[in-house]
Amino acid sequence: MPRKPLLEFTDRGIYCDKGKFYIDPWKPVDSAVITHAHADHAYPGHKHYLAHHLSRQVLLYRLGNISLQTVEYGQKIIKNGVEVSLFPAGHVIGSAQVRVAYQGEIWVVSGDYKVNDDGISTPFEPVKCNHFISECTFGMPVYHWKPQIQIFNEINSWWRANLDHDLATVLVGYSLGKAQRILQNLDLFNGKVYTHGAIENINQALRNSGVWLHPTERITSSTPRDEIRKGIVLAPPSAAGSAWMRKFGPHNLGYCSGWMAIRGAKRRRAADRGFILSDHADWDGLISAIEATSCEKVYLTHGYTATFSRYLNEIGFDAREVHTLYGGEEEENMVKDDVLNSDETKVFPATGDLEGAGVL
Amino acid sequence: MKAFAQLFLSLDETNKTNEKVKILKDYFISVPDSDKMHMLALFTGRKPKRQINATLIRNWAIEASNIPAWLFEESYHVVGDLAETMSLLMPPNTSGSNKTLTEWIAEINTLGHKIEEERKLWLIGSWAMLDTQERFVFNKILTGGFRVGVSQNLVIKALADIAGLEAATLTHRIMGSWMPETYQYKQLIAEQGIADDISRPYPFFLAYPIQETSERQRSAEELKGVLGDASHWQAEWKWDGIRAQMIKRDGKIFIWSRGQDLATDKFPELHPFLNALADGTVIDGEILSFRGGLPLPFNVLQTRIGRKNLNKKILEESPVAVIAYDCLEYAGEDIRPKKQSERRHVLEQLQAATAFPEVFRLSALISFNSWEELAVIREQSRSMIAEGIMLKRKSATYQVGRRRGDWWKWKIDPLSVDAVMIYAQKGHGRRADLYTDYTFAVWDGDQLVPFAKAYSGLTDQEINKVDNFVKRNTIEKFGPVRTVKPELVFEIGFEGINRSTRHKSGVALRFPRILRWRLDKPKEEADTLDTLKALLGG
Repeated sequence: MPRKPLLEFTDRGIYCDKGKFYIDPWKPVDSAVITHAHADHAYPGHKHYLAHHLSRQVLLYRLGNISLQTVEYGQKIIKNGVEVSLFPAGHVIGSAQVRVAYQGEIWVVSGDYKVNDDGISTPFEPVKCNHFISECTFGMPVYHWKPQIQIFNEINSWWRANLDHDLATVLVGYSLGKAQRILQNLDLFNGKVYTHGAIENINQALRNSGVWLHPTERITSSTPRDEIRKGIVLAPPSAAGSAWMRKFGPHNLGYCSGWMAIRGAKRRRAADRGFILSDHADWDGLISAIEATSCEKVYLTHGYTATFSRYLNEIGFDAREVHTLYGGEEEENMVKDDVLNSDETKVFPATGDLEGAGVL
Repeated sequence: MKAFAQLFLSLDETNKTNEKVKILKDYFISVPDSDKMHMLALFTGRKPKRQINATLIRNWAIEASNIPAWLFEESYHVVGDLAETMSLLMPPNTSGSNKTLTEWIAEINTLGHKIEEERKLWLIGSWAMLDTQERFVFNKILTGGFRVGVSQNLVIKALADIAGLEAATLTHRIMGSWMPETYQYKQLIAEQGIADDISRPYPFFLAYPIQETSERQRSAEELKGVLGDASHWQAEWKWDGIRAQMIKRDGKIFIWSRGQDLATDKFPELHPFLNALADGTVIDGEILSFRGGLPLPFNVLQTRIGRKNLNKKILEESPVAVIAYDCLEYAGEDIRPKKQSERRHVLEQLQAATAFPEVFRLSALISFNSWEELAVIREQSRSMIAEGIMLKRKSATYQVGRRRGDWWKWKIDPLSVDAVMIYAQKGHGRRADLYTDYTFAVWDGDQLVPFAKAYSGLTDQEINKVDNFVKRNTIEKFGPVRTVKPELVFEIGFEGINRSTRHKSGVALRFPRILRWRLDKPKEEADTLDTLKALLGG
């Protein structure tokens, strides 16, 4: 009888029967290994969580008082005889690929990833495996990212031009990951950085984890409008077009997202300016990452899964689509709406990977 | 081309009208005059003649991109724009080019004389020297699908400011068919307009809707509040045909559609009456199919639009006539500044003198004494084969474009049925990569029969929700089309309904659109084919 695969796809998430644990499950389970703290991967309600050290404070902030064990990249944990270890995914600070090994059979779950170094997340590290479970949010050949230095030069000169034209500058990026990546690359000689509460809460959680971030100021009802107008505002996508944003007076609204690569998608978001900046791998990035694993089989969880798996099969990989509830173009899940609302009400700001959900 | 590509990019990078006008002015000031005219032609919908057929361009682009054809097609559905898809898929350029827009278009225009292999070499070579943004606008010019996120009004405003001309004057001077190769910028902005082109139509005056964006009906009382005393207004039926401007000058006749297509040849029945007019006469009216002195529904006229050759059969089945609304030029004089009532008088005299009263008809005035009375008359619109009522202020001049104030259209409620969505397809442009084009069906027994396609009427938020539904409830994929689990019910509005042998349902709708999403209705309660057919009337 052929051996049961080490990992399987269930209606609760990716499951290891041998080790009795799930990876990024979307329904409550006893034992969950979490790739990163975005809401579509880190759901509430599990009995026990395992994640990377740098995700600790963000997970506690978002999910409350959970039972959480955190580890370093490369550190080995044995669960019922199955070896589990985390490797950098380069997606956001603390994001990890999960390597699962048992009797020579190796699986890697990528979570979300990008292959280019963003200067703030630990850079992506290819891990050799037999089975690679990959995302493909931007798995279409029309997506090619430029080096981020080029994008940040555009952003900083846009900010300067706004200051010259007496316009406030508001830049939108999701709270965990994009916001910090932007923050660390802003030209602070232009002015101060003001943050929306949802972003500042994450900043605080990361600082508590020992991450050094540029100074920021949380916007409150008493922050003087004229001061804000001399700086730059970082806001989550849900704030775009809101009353909160209108109080800054005449402003220019910039969006940072991989979706800005397509003119129609950019126009739909009604931003003044779109910057093509993504925390996911582009077409070439995905293919190079998959090649580097030397895997025998590829499973595609979310994004343009149908197109991308067909192409991978044509160029010689054994690839297939699998059904998950992770954010993504083809199988966007309803949780995203709740995520947006929660960010607005700030009761439970469990911001997900809005870029992966196609929202940003 | 660099300046033109940058113009496109800059316009894309702002949503603010003033900023757009500034960008347009900066462009006009910085480029040579010939580029100005080419830009103007492109931005006002005068696309250059297509020199390479679209399939060849597509095939060569697939070759240059080095990907399988199916992947190119999939990419196109994600991007929603062919020119942009091609520009994104090709490898980065290897060299640069400083050719102007005029020079590029001149090169494109010589392609007609070349053999296929030469065209291909030229095209592949051109792509290799243009960056992604330049390649995008270049492909746009080449494929002829030129739509920009900026209205003609804005372009004219910017140019009028620079040239020191009135926007209305400039709007008139760029009407009709002109070629950027021969129409000089100097001629365009000359202080005294040169009577250079006898075919040039006037800009159309368009009515503003009483209902504006909402489908909510206005009461007679509300009309009185906004429009004042009924005695200051002239009312006519709103006919559903082809709005046209008919010109007789220097012994020649021209028929222009509202979309500024020269359609003289399409309506031979009208030639005798136009030829009989005195030189220096311009008439505004509606072309409709008529039989026995009665207008026929639009779909009868539709059968002859778009036909290259009008054979005898078509001319017999769908003969046309003009219902004249207005006279814009009389005895060679532009009489648009005269009052509505004065122009009406001129028009009536012209019509009274015609030997062709069967084809040169007058739009009858509706006699009414109060808004209440007119509201009652308006209820008869559908039986008159009209779309509603037109209101024109008796003191109004003939103006330019769609503006509030003196001309209003008071349309009747659309017909409507509740229908189930059964197919969905991704949209284009700003709706790219989202399922926004839907096919709707009504019940015929326990079968759902498709009867209409619609892709407008929902808010962005609703579109996102439907898109989400489609992705999670796909039954089958046929190329870009998805068969969706029948579940969502929408109220579909339309202006008219006719029998059709070309459609499975046996009916064809005029202007179908989504009125609202019936979240309150289960699919079982959607309407039936019988309900739809009952609307056909006699």
